[in-house]
Amino acid sequence: MKPTFLLQTLLLSADAAAGAATASTNAPRAVHWEYLTQVTYLAASVLFILGLKGLTNPAKARRGMQLAAIGMLVAVLGTLLHQQIVTYTWIITGMVLGSVIGAAISIWMPMTAVPQRTAISHAFGALAATMVGIAHFNDPGSETTLGSVEMTALGFEVLFGSLTITGSFMAFGKLQGFVPSQPITYKFQNASNIGLFVVAFFLFIYLIFNPDPEHGRFTATAFYLMALLGLAVGVLIVLPIGGADMPVVISLLNSYAGLASSATGFALQNNVLIIAGALDGASGFLLSILMSKAMNRSFANVLFGAFGGGDTTAAKAASTEGLTVNSISVDDAALQLAYARLVIVVPGYGMAVAQCQHQVRELAELIEKKGGEVKYAIHPVAGRMPGHMNVLLAEANVPYDRLYDMDDINGEFPRADVALIIGANDVVNPAARNDRSSPIYGMPILNADQAQRMIVLKRSMSRGFSNIENELFFNPKCSLLFGDAKSSLTQLVGAVKNV
Amino acid sequence: MLAEIDPETVTAFLQMYVFVLAGFVGYQVITRVPPLLHTPLMSATNAISGISLVGSLVIAGKGGDHLTSTILGFVAVTAAMINVVGGFMITDRMLKMFKRHEQKKP
Repeated sequence: MKPTFLLQTLLLSADAAAGAATASTNAPRAVHWEYLTQVTYLAASVLFILGLKGLTNPAKARRGMQLAAIGMLVAVLGTLLHQQIVTYTWIITGMVLGSVIGAAISIWMPMTAVPQRTAISHAFGALAATMVGIAHFNDPGSETTLGSVEMTALGFEVLFGSLTITGSFMAFGKLQGFVPSQPITYKFQNASNIGLFVVAFFLFIYLIFNPDPEHGRFTATAFYLMALLGLAVGVLIVLPIGGADMPVVISLLNSYAGLASSATGFALQNNVLIIAGALDGASGFLLSILMSKAMNRSFANVLFGAFGGGDTTAAKAASTEGLTVNSISVDDAALQLAYARLVIVVPGYGMAVAQCQHQVRELAELIEKKGGEVKYAIHPVAGRMPGHMNVLLAEANVPYDRLYDMDDINGEFPRADVALIIGANDVVNPAARNDRSSPIYGMPILNADQAQRMIVLKRSMSRGFSNIENELFFNPKCSLLFGDAKSSLTQLVGAVKNV
Repeated sequence: MLAEIDPETVTAFLQMYVFVLAGFVGYQVITRVPPLLHTPLMSATNAISGISLVGSLVIAGKGGDHLTSTILGFVAVTAAMINVVGGFMITDRMLKMFKRHEQKKP
């Protein structure tokens, strides 16, 4: 409470100075504080946009985010002056509790858990928006009644919010592993999900026309029923979505959490909330478009397609029958890597699972020491969220100018002596290019098959997430090094040293 | 003319302007963020949208006989604060890891 008190004392003197300007109002002091609050919000809005702009350049990104954090601090301090705040007990308890939890997660969380953390943070954001919405409905404050316009904002806030709370929690569960990451499907699933959503939407329409809980007899019932339906839809819509589709789902939920925040801003008539929510919404929307494009699928197909389910598979198994794969020994693989001039590493979700990014970097440094060059080819949907592989490799101290996007590296594969594929599967499957009947046909892939040789680190011959056979593994230029990626890499490091 | 328009509706229209323009600015800025930084981008926007904290603060601080509001506000403050503190800290932790090749040489 002390810093606020100090600030308020400080402001009192500012008030006295500016007092003459608006002497006509009844409560000049409160009004001045409201102006100051608005100024902090304006400053925060500008700093947020500058912060995001910083992210366009890796060298300036940290400073940009520090600006955004200052913006947040300023806006919070500005809000604490709000005249409606009469007690700070619960504010401070909540802020301390939230800070401790937030800081603990961010300090001790391993980098491999970034997708889970992101998913659960969308749930927290949506939870805050929904709680604010319900409190607002319950106790609209100075105005005696809720109007249709306000209810439209509240409805969006609570509907998007509740859907995002449970949807994100399910995504978190699937990534953390306490909900099976395979799609869970049942009969009439899409029909019943859409049905539930339509019911919730009609309740929303009813609320817009009957916004006042004092007069509309079913208004309160409809409001809470809508929130409950939102929670249910959130669970049900993520159930049939598989692990590899998570990049799209996380991005969409990111967008929804932003839109819920924005709707909160509409309901509270608070512009900084509208702006921050719109930025978040735009970012999530853009990322989900990019991710969908990288899988050559539409939103509708991701949400309702239940990819990786049983029905797409059986027909494809036959084409690779009778072909054999070449397995390779650690020593032979080490020999190829040690004498290669250019090695392109293709990481996939398997690298995150095996947590072997540090071994990858160690091997790359050895190859460089032997005179070779190492580049990394990053597919947009490799891993479980946008940019997942980049963060893991950066954690292992791989310089970011060695990480190449798909379009920048694809032309270089023919020049590469070895493509080292670590835990990636569908993103290098040539069927996406050649096989019209394949479910991943049309998806842009990394042209690893154009390298002089391919070495694939793989646990077993099990299929990728899409559950389709990968003909790359049967390519005569391709050899498989079976085993856990981490121990294979450790052995490779040892063997390359001895070459 | 203007006098006949409900002031609430006028405000709503102004808010729509703010929303649409902010969304547009966001879209323009974020298209230029390289895929390299997409994960930090997501945690950054998440931290920023934790600004819903300012809405929850007012609700949690109403005091008096607004018990339900206080409880809901407290939950909202806690949840938003987790995102604000956690989001900015983890974004910084991630961005700190991205280094260029040249800087690595002693």
